[in-house]
Amino acid sequence: MHSPIETSWPDAVYAQLRRVGIRQVGYVPDAGHSRLIALCQADPDIADVVLTTEEEGVGLVAGAALGGQRAALLMQSSGVGNCINMFSLLRNCGFACVLLVTMRGEFGEFNQWQVPMGSITADVLRLSGFLTYRIDNAADVDEIVGAGCDMAFDGNLQIAFLLSQRLIGRKQWTR
Amino acid sequence: MLDRRDFVRRLLIDRGDLLVVSGLGSATYDVAAAGDHPLTFYLWGAMGGTAMIGLGLALARPQNRVAVLTGDGDMLMGIGSLATIGVKQPKNLAIVVLDNAHYGETGMQPSHTKSGIDLPAVALACRFKQARGISRIDEAAEVRTLLHKGEGPILINARIKEDDVPRVLPLRDGHAIKQRFVDTLNSA
Repeated sequence: MHSPIETSWPDAVYAQLRRVGIRQVGYVPDAGHSRLIALCQADPDIADVVLTTEEEGVGLVAGAALGGQRAALLMQSSGVGNCINMFSLLRNCGFACVLLVTMRGEFGEFNQWQVPMGSITADVLRLSGFLTYRIDNAADVDEIVGAGCDMAFDGNLQIAFLLSQRLIGRKQWTR
Repeated sequence: MLDRRDFVRRLLIDRGDLLVVSGLGSATYDVAAAGDHPLTFYLWGAMGGTAMIGLGLALARPQNRVAVLTGDGDMLMGIGSLATIGVKQPKNLAIVVLDNAHYGETGMQPSHTKSGIDLPAVALACRFKQARGISRIDEAAEVRTLLHKGEGPILINARIKEDDVPRVLPLRDGHAIKQRFVDTLNSA
């Protein structure tokens, strides 16, 4: 049961990914990203690549860029930790990267095992060379994601959007 | 067992518009020794990521053939990427593992393949179209043909000698390696 405002932010992200010509999307399945993943899977112009672990996606982004395509990565905050060494590929070679991170381990987190990684995700990204933009309100998604995507691809920069747990909604603990 | 330099040279002879990604360490030196080429993306780091760079490139350039040449250590670190490649089934991607069963850069400690871990069997389990091991130099021509014409995804595990060979060092500036590759591919 989602209100219109809750279902709109993945559509806004998708529209921006389309606008900047994203052709490959790498992801590890994630509840917060489920609608965006479904939109990408349904798009014949986008190759959706399900990964066994998030750092594979960093290689995917680099390979896509070598071949002249733009790629984006979708992951949960826990996955950021899996990528740290592989992020060096982006900085060493100046590959643009757009990273959409659904946050866990913050507002209303029911599982404290998510907290250690979630609480350092923004710092890890910053230390890894990313510019990070946190988004708390659905109304800001279009503008911030759009501006960040332009920065990434115009300047070969690494940009991460932290989609906060308030934005994506508290995960419901169900038996 | 194969002489790694002789084998890689035979694979890359008259390579045409073959796109090559080489894994860090000895694989990058072997590919450089076969002749520098602007359509080679040499890795000097990002261990475990070589095969996935090959996948991203293969998906972006279906009109080209993509060859990943890397070591057993790099392939083992990225072993999950074989499953990811198996899902996407890129017809234009081939991986050649130069398997000396050791970590050459760090002092020749034995790798998992030394204990019989079978990378072609893993690849077949991951729905690769073709995967097998080779160890004779007269098979090089056949592998070269696979790189150019075989239906992927393909994995060839080439058992190479454990001897140390002189380093041949290509470009190391990642921006330069990337830009040369992209400019050459886009002007083709």
